[in-house]
Amino acid sequence: MTTLKKTKTSIPVPELMSSGHLACQGCGATMAMRYALKGLGQQTVMVVPACCWTVISGANPRSSINLPLLHSPFAAAAATATGVKAGLVARGDRETTVVAWAGDGGTFDIGIQALSGAADRNEDILYVCYDNEAYMNTGVQRSGGTPDGAWTMSTPAGSARPKKDLDAIMLAHHIPYFATATPAYAEDMVRKFAKAKTVKGFRFIRILSPCPPGWKTDPMDTTKLSRLAVQTGMFRLYEVENGAMRLNMNVANRKPVEEYLKAQGRFKNMPAAEIAALQKRIDGFWESEKRQGS
Amino acid sequence: MKKVLSGNHAAAVAAQLARTQVSVGYPITPATQVFEALAEMKSKGEFPGEFIAAESEHSVMAALLGASTAGARTFTATSSHGLAYMHEVLHWVAGARLPIVMVDVNRALAAPWNLWTDQTDSLSQRDTGWMQTYCSTNQEVLDTVLMSFKIAERVMLPSMVVLDGFTLSHSYEPVDVPSQADVDSFLPPFRPELKLDPEQPITFGSLTQPKDYLRLRRRMAADMAEAEDALEEVGKEFGEIFGRSYGQLDAYRCEDAETILVTSGAVGSTARAAVDAMREKGLKAGNLRLRAFRPFPAKALRAFVKPGMKLAVVDRNYSPGMGGIFAQEIKAALYPRPGVSVHGYVTGLGGGDITVELLQEIWERVDDAPVAEIPAATWVEDAR
Repeated sequence: MTTLKKTKTSIPVPELMSSGHLACQGCGATMAMRYALKGLGQQTVMVVPACCWTVISGANPRSSINLPLLHSPFAAAAATATGVKAGLVARGDRETTVVAWAGDGGTFDIGIQALSGAADRNEDILYVCYDNEAYMNTGVQRSGGTPDGAWTMSTPAGSARPKKDLDAIMLAHHIPYFATATPAYAEDMVRKFAKAKTVKGFRFIRILSPCPPGWKTDPMDTTKLSRLAVQTGMFRLYEVENGAMRLNMNVANRKPVEEYLKAQGRFKNMPAAEIAALQKRIDGFWESEKRQGS
Repeated sequence: MKKVLSGNHAAAVAAQLARTQVSVGYPITPATQVFEALAEMKSKGEFPGEFIAAESEHSVMAALLGASTAGARTFTATSSHGLAYMHEVLHWVAGARLPIVMVDVNRALAAPWNLWTDQTDSLSQRDTGWMQTYCSTNQEVLDTVLMSFKIAERVMLPSMVVLDGFTLSHSYEPVDVPSQADVDSFLPPFRPELKLDPEQPITFGSLTQPKDYLRLRRRMAADMAEAEDALEEVGKEFGEIFGRSYGQLDAYRCEDAETILVTSGAVGSTARAAVDAMREKGLKAGNLRLRAFRPFPAKALRAFVKPGMKLAVVDRNYSPGMGGIFAQEIKAALYPRPGVSVHGYVTGLGGGDITVELLQEIWERVDDAPVAEIPAATWVEDAR
């Protein structure tokens, strides 16, 4: 008789998300939801505005997550979640975590008024933006989250404007908890959601979420791209708790940003000069981080 | 207990007496006082529910969508541009079958800017799936908010209680404020069958195929039809407890009247004075006030009219390209009904006075007109 070796897992085993969801192959937003729910647990209510997850969660009468879910108007995720929390509290339930789960269009653009209002009031909700850097559900149009140089259907020659600094906007609201995450770093993500669950007041997590059809990438490269975004310094893993910033991963020895860009069809026509300028911008940023840190 | 209250304060007191669990608000003239009154009650510990000052009306209604789906009784008040800004979510909460109660204080829409009463704001929300009731006194505002919760929670549709900007919202009248015990016996707590609950996870509002979508809308139609009965039954029950009964229609001196002023909202009070004055001159005048607009009281209206009757419909609203909205709806409800003519008068837009004299003039014009003639909207204004 053989004894099975027990593996110690750092990530909770129970699954609140099921297979058979309606996402594209290699969708970063499904990985994000799966890990998020592992951190959040069963006592959670999800509010989902118009975004890819409107579809991924399943058409009536099916659902790909085993949680109460309320679909909300596009611009209203943060406001709807505000009301859900108030309604639960009015019913005597102060424990349930209320999560607004929105894409970048619903966060950076059309939903920013409701988001800013809820953050300003310090509503006791967790707002999550899975940022796939364009309006992917409507077929890849530029959003405020689209990086410069990226092709989209509405920026066929490449987006001319830099990505909106949403992190700075959110931090300007003096919220108790802010974090970034990306699915290649699963332990980090699960930990941040478990942490966010315990914080009272407005919490915000932005997830960089690769999108194979929108980024023109191979579905099997999603984790690789998620990791490359961090390793090249394009995307920073950090959290800010009550104003105190902590860098979760210091990438002093960064890979060239070209490695990240080259793997994506959306940057195919980005001129070499612009790539060089981007590299300089990234290096400059990390140099100033180092100076501030030392 | 009798108190002297403005229309806005009567609305806020009613929301308090109804034991509203979540109220979300945003300021807009002339409805701001409702929001302020609730904020003050909350700060004094007199408002039992959660109170949130949102950053826009769109968010107000979205927050009520969340709170109502979580199983809470919800209330807000708005006006004009605020209501228009909510439009998307008005459709949403009606489709979601949430019994939210909202006061709309009528005010004209820009451009140009105008602060005064005009029904086009509420009437242009007629296809959202909200019930709409128009009030003529501050007492009726308080009573209608209470009745609306009961009706809304019975048919599971949202309800809009409409009052005239300034004419009612900022005018003070004696209002009989019922005791909490009486209100509690009339209005039991809201206990929805389905709600957001981690113990029983269900999804609300997910993508639905055409066949189910149509069936859901058909169910809404059936419940809107039931709301016609609910308005009558709850209005009667209210009368048994509080001594003031209400229906979909309110007829005044109509028994032998052949030409009838048809009004809605606070104009009803003026119309009664006009009818009394004409009756003194021996004219057979009457006033029919429509309390309900959605569901439209078609059955009650058909039962009310008699052959040879002429309806002089006073519309403080206008649908460009068609005419006064109450007149259109009345014509549609009565069609085909030979022998009854409907004469539409558009007046008082943007808060213009609708005086006793003006109503008498409208009545006389219609009384002189041939029965068969159904003219397009006639525009009239106060001569001063």
